[in-house]
Amino acid sequence: MTPFTNFQSRIVPLPLNNIDTDQIIPARFLKTTSKLGLDAQLFCDWRYDAAGNPNPDFVLNQPLARGAQVLLAGDNFGCGSSREHAPWALTQFGFRAVISTSFADIFRQNSLKNSLLPIAIPPDAHADLLAAVAANPDATVAIDLPRQKLTLPGGREVEFPVDEFSKHCLVNGVDELGYILQQEPAIAAFEAAHPAAINTLG
Amino acid sequence: MPRTIIEKLWDSHVVYERAGAPTLLHIDLHLVHEVTSPQAFQGLRDRGLKVRRPDLTLATADHSIPTTDRSLPIADQIAARQLAQLETNCAEFGIRCLGIRSDWQGVVHIVGPELGLTQPGMTVVCGDSHTATHGAFGALAFGIGTSEVEQVLASQCLLQRKSKSFQVRVDGKLRPGVAAKDIILALIARIGVGGGTGSVFEFTGSAIGGLSMEERMTVCNMSIEGGARAGLIAPDDTTFQYLSGRAHAPQGAAWDAALASWKQLPTDEGAAYDRSVAIDAEALEPMITYGTNPGMGLPIGAPLPDPAQLADPMERESVTKALKYMGLEGGRPLLGHAIDVVFIGSCTNGRISDLRAAAGVLQGRKVSPKVRVLVVPGSQEVKRQAIAEGLPEIFRAAGCQWREPGCSMCIAMNGDQLSPGEYSVSTSNRNFEGRQGKGGRTFLASPLTAAASAITGVVTDVRTML
Repeated sequence: MTPFTNFQSRIVPLPLNNIDTDQIIPARFLKTTSKLGLDAQLFCDWRYDAAGNPNPDFVLNQPLARGAQVLLAGDNFGCGSSREHAPWALTQFGFRAVISTSFADIFRQNSLKNSLLPIAIPPDAHADLLAAVAANPDATVAIDLPRQKLTLPGGREVEFPVDEFSKHCLVNGVDELGYILQQEPAIAAFEAAHPAAINTLG
Repeated sequence: MPRTIIEKLWDSHVVYERAGAPTLLHIDLHLVHEVTSPQAFQGLRDRGLKVRRPDLTLATADHSIPTTDRSLPIADQIAARQLAQLETNCAEFGIRCLGIRSDWQGVVHIVGPELGLTQPGMTVVCGDSHTATHGAFGALAFGIGTSEVEQVLASQCLLQRKSKSFQVRVDGKLRPGVAAKDIILALIARIGVGGGTGSVFEFTGSAIGGLSMEERMTVCNMSIEGGARAGLIAPDDTTFQYLSGRAHAPQGAAWDAALASWKQLPTDEGAAYDRSVAIDAEALEPMITYGTNPGMGLPIGAPLPDPAQLADPMERESVTKALKYMGLEGGRPLLGHAIDVVFIGSCTNGRISDLRAAAGVLQGRKVSPKVRVLVVPGSQEVKRQAIAEGLPEIFRAAGCQWREPGCSMCIAMNGDQLSPGEYSVSTSNRNFEGRQGKGGRTFLASPLTAAASAITGVVTDVRTML
């Protein structure tokens, strides 16, 4: 996994609650067997019209989205399907963080495994940030993961939660599977003490 | 210290704990399907890893599989490649695969229980958010992403953080025309699609105790639609009776031993939940969703919300946006709204009792000539049982299409889909924009409501037909 470094970026506002993973990437694109090539399908049905032309009203098609690395969404972002294609599409488009007031559980876990930082902040800070972006689309936020601080355009610092383990993995680019496989003795001991109830092969 | 069933399930699967890190939990059953697994198998190849426990892993083809004549080649080449890849991956890594030619192929959450693989006290995972279905057996069952699929394939373990416990107590008796689906739609309408985030539901109460295993699966299935990590029901005699004699259920002395341990699972007297809600089953009516998430649901005769009356600006905006997408006006009920398609099937409502319920309404009646009705059994076993009971004849005589098993129009990956602007009454689990086909509009409801609406061609209260 790519180590997550501190950065500063403009913000793409998409202030809707309950944006589900079917919107982030529609199911018809899940027939792929690869992780790659999903950036063009990000928010596809909001981003393009019926003829496949970019919808000029959609924020990803506006100049401010170019090069921006932070998506600002509404409550319960990433609800619905467990598809990891959602964080794959977001990161391939160029996003490195999503800011919201809350995230769906599976989406949050999937994001953390793909160097995409889900930043949950209190509603008042979220409202401040939305207002700042509305007033100045070129406004930026700064993200400091080791200190767990988000600096809003006006300079206000907001702390955000990340568990120690995920932070360690993100900052150092540590892959969770490597850590799990290091626990082989504990896994072997557990399996020796707990015979399986089933055998799918039998 | 009294414990909930959720805590008991957690405690009995802890492999390794260390301060500052999530707990390593062992997984008893890993279910795999074609859509969320190919990148995980590729990950194993890239790292030179094997599948640690093929004996605890089972694959089936369901999401992108056609529901039309299986003797014909698959028209969609991309889907065909994905399905072939599943079989190749399973052969290479030694996993049993219930592929397109298998007599046991079906929707992953229907196949596990009917084979007796899903058992009380287990941890069950699948790269699919409706894995909570298996919680109906008193298992801790939850959906995972593809990176986690790879982790479980490689290690049979997952790093997890403890969820909160959320009791959903449903007491009383359901009235005629009201189904298990209405319980879960009513819960989600009440707590919202994020209401259960960070939690595991335990469904308790006399109404839950009175449900069959298939009805319990319907309730647990949609836990994710309330934001919960999982949903489960403590095992009881209904559970044990369902399991007894199934292909992979324990037998003889092993059955007796299993039964003794399963009986220790229910939540202890006096155990505390982090949160509880109560639902009066007697007061429930048939539910239907009107909007673009499963929390936007109402009793079928109730008027839709009027955005102008909503105080919270974000809620007003989301209801306004949903009504616009759905082509609906606030303030009026959905009853009588014309529909184009009815879909009966999915991991939520594609089991034999669902087909029986729909057939009961459709028997001796004709569906509206304006409505296309797809009946999709959840598995080959459900299909066999339906044939044995003569259900396909009832569906065909009524004018419905009787299809091959798969996820079909629940996720619309396989060509079964709505056209832009079309309305469906669907027994599936999600009404998100485009979920059943780009531009399609979904009303979620029970098989009873779906069958009644198929006959009239408009959203219909099944109680007028009983």
